[in-house]
Amino acid sequence: MSMLARVQVPAQARRGDVFPIRIAIQHPMETGYRPDNFGRRIARNVINTLTCRYNGVEVFRAEMGSGVSANPQLQFYVRAESSGELVFDWVDDSGQRGSERAPIAVTG
Amino acid sequence: MPADRRRFLVSCSALALAPELACAQQNPQRDALLRDVTRGGPLRIGRVVVDTPTLADNGHSVPLRIAVDSPMTAADHVRRITILAERNPRPLVASYALGPHCGRAEIVTRIRVADSQDVIAVAELSDGSFWMGSAHIIVTELACLEG
Amino acid sequence: MLTLSVAAAEAPRPQPKSGIEYAGNDVRALQADDFGNPGMLWVVRGEKLWNAPAGRSEKSCASCHRDAPATMKGVATRYPRMDAGERGLLNLEGRINQCREQRQGTVALSYESEELLALTAYVAHQSRGIPVDVEVNEANRKQYERGRETYYRRQGQMNLACTHCHERNAGRKLLADTISEGHGNAYPVYRLEWQSAGSLHRRLRACYFGVRAEQPAAGAAELVELELYLASRARGLRVETPGVRR
Repeated sequence: MSMLARVQVPAQARRGDVFPIRIAIQHPMETGYRPDNFGRRIARNVINTLTCRYNGVEVFRAEMGSGVSANPQLQFYVRAESSGELVFDWVDDSGQRGSERAPIAVTG
Repeated sequence: MPADRRRFLVSCSALALAPELACAQQNPQRDALLRDVTRGGPLRIGRVVVDTPTLADNGHSVPLRIAVDSPMTAADHVRRITILAERNPRPLVASYALGPHCGRAEIVTRIRVADSQDVIAVAELSDGSFWMGSAHIIVTELACLEG
Repeated sequence: MLTLSVAAAEAPRPQPKSGIEYAGNDVRALQADDFGNPGMLWVVRGEKLWNAPAGRSEKSCASCHRDAPATMKGVATRYPRMDAGERGLLNLEGRINQCREQRQGTVALSYESEELLALTAYVAHQSRGIPVDVEVNEANRKQYERGRETYYRRQGQMNLACTHCHERNAGRKLLADTISEGHGNAYPVYRLEWQSAGSLHRRLRACYFGVRAEQPAAGAAELVELELYLASRARGLRVETPGVRR
């Protein structure tokens, strides 16, 4: 199954208001230090980059390492400008990609 | 206030001009990490709040909130927030690129803390200045190993 | 082998307290946060699996059980329970696998697999907030007694029984940890130490290791019977799945 993720974005906001965005992704964020049951190192594999685009413009980017907890969760803020869509994209060290999108209605 | 922070503020008072500049002293490893982030530029303590529990329930997942005092306008905003944990095997934990579209320079996440230490957040502002804040976290092992 | 007297084991027990009441502030806040609770990732995955056709039958769980929030409400509070057929005492995992093998025509899922954790978490989550209400009767009394014996039996190099920590010393410290009463009402649980959700059997096996005893396999009768006894001790505690623990 592909990377499962949950995104929390308010359905609507007033123009100019700053709203929180939360994202949680199911991912082991494998550090590369853990041994498997046979004592072999499990290869490092972490989500290294996550971006948030608001109506096509990148508004936020996270570059993460193995110091971020497994099943990473992140909250950041965005100012409401116009109605449209927030698109989240991320990629891990193995090249696996994930994506989520959420609509936002901006009033006023 | 953690003992090492006290020591370093005391030694910084020897600098006549800019007492709040973070300066090189007993922790060359930390200074090297900070220099990587600031690219050698001056680093001030302040404006960055690092909010995390004093005692972690478990070092695998420690909640962390970083907030930077900034209007987040086109003229005056936070460009980047970098998290460092100097006693982790890889001290650079994460780095976040922000901008005026964010409206608020605040990140909430959960990080791995390998051992009791200071977690440091460095903010780079749009005027090229760097500010830092830190918090000390105590990490203990589980009483019962799981095998 | 030294065992505790039966009379001591039957003494009336005080009201149980859930492990969450012994947890630190961060763990409590994380469990209460439906978005931030990492265990919810498994619940969400479980919902997808609930609706996915499986096996030769090409039926999903939903094909028979319809809408889980309605049909599974309260179910987890009554487990473990005896199978109507020949499988003996079943916990939720065992029941899910029985459905898969006998009705969906597919293979059983392994303990700690993403899928079994997700389905178990999803089903148990439908009982969140409802008190544990397991029944001990003639049909499962033998299993219950064996579970109780296990609870009070000293084991391992450390020669300790569950009761020594979880009954006699609940609320006290073991190094930096506060010992809980050892209830299973929040399982499957997201344990920060595991960096993953995990089953009650994973946690029980960890305790066996903790006292340096031979660990029964996940799914073994000894652990399902212990699970039944633990559920009887947890009667009245509300299901918290997905719980968060350190």
